[in-house]
Formats: sequence, structure tokens, C-alpha cells
Amino acid sequence: MVKGNIKAEVRNLNFFYGISQTLKDINLSILEKKVTALIGPSGCGKTTFLRCFNRMHDLYPHNRYEGEIILLPENVNIISNTIDPIEVRMRISMVFQKPNPFPKTIFENVAYGMRVRGVKKKNVLYETVEKSLKSAALWDEVKDRIDKPAFDLSGGQQQRLCIARALATSPEILLFDEPTSALDPIATSKIEELIVELKNEVTIIIVTHNMQQAARVSEYTAFMYLGEIIEYDKTEKIFTTPAEKLTEDYITGRFG
Amino acid sequence: MEDIRKKIRYNKFWNYIFLICGLTATLVGLFLLAVLFIDLLIDGSSRLTIKFLTSFPSRFPEKAGILSAWVGSFSLLFVTALSAIPLGVAAGIYLEEYARKNWFTNIIEINIANLAGVPSIVYGLLALGLFVYFFKLGASVLTGGLTLALLILPMVIMATRESIRAIPNSIREASYALGATKWQTIQWHIFPYSLGGILTGIIIGLSRAIGETAPIITVGALTFIAFLPSSPITSEFPFISMRWLFDPFTAMPIQMFNWVSRPQKEFQINAAAAGIILMIMTLIMNGIAIHIRYKFRKKIKW
Repeated sequence: MVKGNIKAEVRNLNFFYGISQTLKDINLSILEKKVTALIGPSGCGKTTFLRCFNRMHDLYPHNRYEGEIILLPENVNIISNTIDPIEVRMRISMVFQKPNPFPKTIFENVAYGMRVRGVKKKNVLYETVEKSLKSAALWDEVKDRIDKPAFDLSGGQQQRLCIARALATSPEILLFDEPTSALDPIATSKIEELIVELKNEVTIIIVTHNMQQAARVSEYTAFMYLGEIIEYDKTEKIFTTPAEKLTEDYITGRFG
Repeated sequence: MEDIRKKIRYNKFWNYIFLICGLTATLVGLFLLAVLFIDLLIDGSSRLTIKFLTSFPSRFPEKAGILSAWVGSFSLLFVTALSAIPLGVAAGIYLEEYARKNWFTNIIEINIANLAGVPSIVYGLLALGLFVYFFKLGASVLTGGLTLALLILPMVIMATRESIRAIPNSIREASYALGATKWQTIQWHIFPYSLGGILTGIIIGLSRAIGETAPIITVGALTFIAFLPSSPITSEFPFISMRWLFDPFTAMPIQMFNWVSRPQKEFQINAAAAGIILMIMTLIMNGIAIHIRYKFRKKIKW
């Protein structure tokens, strides 16, 4: 049912916050340079699942992973205790729900990932910033003012800036956590176009509340409910002929 | 309809009542400060001359000045700032960003809050035992400065923590998500974004330290001193001398206290004049604090 080059393989993933288990035995293959959407009602664990991919849970106490997320082609388990979360985050980037630019200039926002990696050469930084802003479809709007504060941008521009910031370090996977939930419809459609565009460069996993959005941007969709994957298939299949009754009820709006 | 209007009138009535209460409370504070300042001005303005600032104390009131007092106060502030700022800021950052939240850090937190409320004389007693008798630093500028540093340390720590806490977590997550370490996140984000609040806290702490009397009297500051601490710059190699740290000292509030306790009317006038200068010093420091806060607030909005 899922065909193509596999970028990440999730095997028997369980996630615990203290004693409560929020992800239950998740098995899933993420395909390279495709968009995979995670949908499901609030509290179903889709964001929790997404944040496993770049070990964001390691920032807070009482969180525990079980199982494996194998990153290919190296075949490393990125949630293993022996792998430094920082190494994982260097390879897998994230765009958050609310645009969260740093209170610095547009240039510094995009350059930050490079600075973290110790890049100091002005021309390398500048080239990367320009390339990333172009990839994020923001360059034309900001090229005359990249030394101006990022907060001067509109909400949609700020979110595209955050995408540029995440792209600047050439991640292997880009995670989107409901990237348009704080944006107006026009800004949303720009971000959606961008996501469709970006899948030529990078593997994308996107959490969304909005089922139309999942249908518009993704090739594969996983429907989650109460911490489990109920169904995972081609987006088309999920939205037209779902195999599970629960999926059908959700996408037809009968609950959630 | 009439009912709703009645209800609105009733609600507005209480609105006005509070407005009047609040305004009165504000005016009482302002009025008292103004009266105090004007009273000092009336009493002391006749002595506000350059000579007053450049003369040593004397037993003749008209010759007496506050040179040793303000030089002493600034030396103390220098030592206090140099010791309290790094300690307090580092502790604040550690507690907010590194320390795990458990019962132990909770106890530390409660104790720091308590320390801020400890009477200053108690710090004086502690410093007398620790710096004067145990470390044998004597009644020196160093002892006085360290004592005041202890006094404002809790304030600096709390100001640091408060302004770090005001940084939204989304900023930290954005930084970590790009592969930054804790230190990189602190260095590039947490520290610069909280600097405004930290500086404000530091300056308010220092402006409290400059007016403290009890702890430095306890550690043995002199009340009458007719010489300056040795110069920090010398003509011989290595040109910088640390001897001033170990010299005896006095400070503005001590000089005032000394003058007030004398029977002659003229000395009271001197005390008022010194009071004006001390108040101007603290006003300037608080003004700088407000300016810094405003400047940083304008630059950073969440």
C-alpha cells in the first residue's frame, strides 16, 4: 500500500508522559520526498507523535520513549538513548504552530541554524539565507529589508520566515505542527503551495486539524485516534474509500 | 430597558468609586515624596555648592563636605556590582534554565525569596562574622561592598529569573529545534532578551544598596573620615593598585547619620544637603533603570 523510498520507519513506538501512555504501538513508514499528513481529533496524539521525530520531548522531564524510529539510509534509531537529541535536531527540523521568529533581524533568524553549526563566513551565511528565503517564497518580499526586525513582518510572512529558518540547515525531514492554524486563508494557501513545492527537496510530515488541508497537500495520510494509528494509506484512499469505519466517521465530520 | 440602564449605572458607580480610591492612593504617595524632597531642598539648598562636594568632613559645619562620603559610596557600589552581578545573574540563569524542578530547587527558591526580606542589619551581623572576623578583611571597602552584595544578591537573582520567565517557551523550542545546545540558546536568546529586565533589577538593587546604613555600620564603617581610599592608579608598575579595597571607608548615609546626631543646627543643614544629593543619586539610577527597560521593551515584543 505504501510504495517508494522509505526515509523513516517507525516500529512499535510507545510514548509515555509519567505513567500515562499517549502513543500506543505505532508502526508507520515515512516516504522520502513525500508529504505525510497526520490527522485526527484534538488530543489524539498527533503532535506528540510529530515531536518524537526531533526529540522535542527530551526538553521536558518525565517523558519516555519505547520502540524505534529508524532513520534511513543510515539505519539509526533516533529515539535511542545513545543518540544525542541535538544530533537528531540537526537533521530533522521543525516549524511550529504559531510563528515564532526570534526578536532579531530577518537575516539573523534564517542564519541562526548555521551559526549554531559554527558557520562564520559572511558570504556563506548570506548565500544560504538568500537560498532559504527563496525556497520559502519570501525572498522577493523581504530582499530589501533583511536587516529589519522579523517582527515587522505579517503573520504569514513570519511563518514563511520560520520555514526558511528550518530549511537553512538542509534538513532531511521537515516537521510541520499545524503551521497554518494561526493564519488567515490567504496566508494559509501560500504556505500550502509552499509545502507542495518543498516536497521536491525534503521529506515532510505535517500535523493538521484541517482535513481539506491534508487532502490538498499530502500524498499519504495517517488517521490517529486515542494515541493509535487507525489507518494509514494514500491520502486519496483515506478520503474516498477509507477501510475503517472510524476514519470514515471522522472525515465525514461525524465526530472530532 | 430601564432595568438594564439601572444596572449599568450601578456598575459604573462602583467603577468610579475605585477610580477615586486609586487616584487618591497614587497622589498620597507622590505628595509625600514631593513634600519630603521640598523640605530637604528648603533646609539644605544653602549648602549645595561645589565646595560641599569637594571637602572632607570637619568639625566646623560650614567647612564640612561629603567628599569622602560619596567617594566611599561609589567605591562600595563598584565592589557590590562586581560581585553581586555575576553571582546573581549566573544563579538566576542556572535556576531557570538548568536546574530541574524538584523539592530541592523549590526550597532554594523559597529561601531566596525569604532572603530578600531579611532585615539588612542581619546581613551586617553575618558579614561581621564572616568577612571581618573569619576572613580578616577588616572594616574595609571590600567588606562593605561584599556585605551590600549579599544584601542585593536575592534581588538580582529574582530579577534575573523573572525576566527569563517572561520569554515565551516557543522561543526556546525554536532554538532547540535547530540543534542548539542549552548554552547556545542562553547565549543567543535567553540572556540578550532578558537583559533589559536583568539590568533594571540590578540598578534598582544598587540604588537600594547606596542608601543602606545599618549593615555597613555593623561591619565597622567609620563615621568621620578625612582622607580618601588610596588611588587605584599608581605611578609605578603595574600602575593599578588594589590597596583601596582594604582601606577604611564611610558612605553617604553614614555621613548623614553622623551629622543628624549632632546638636548644632548647622550640621542638620549639612545632613539635609547630603540627603538631597543621595536622593538625586538614587533618582538618577532609577531613571536609568526605567530608560533601559523602555529601550528593551520597544525592541522586543512577543
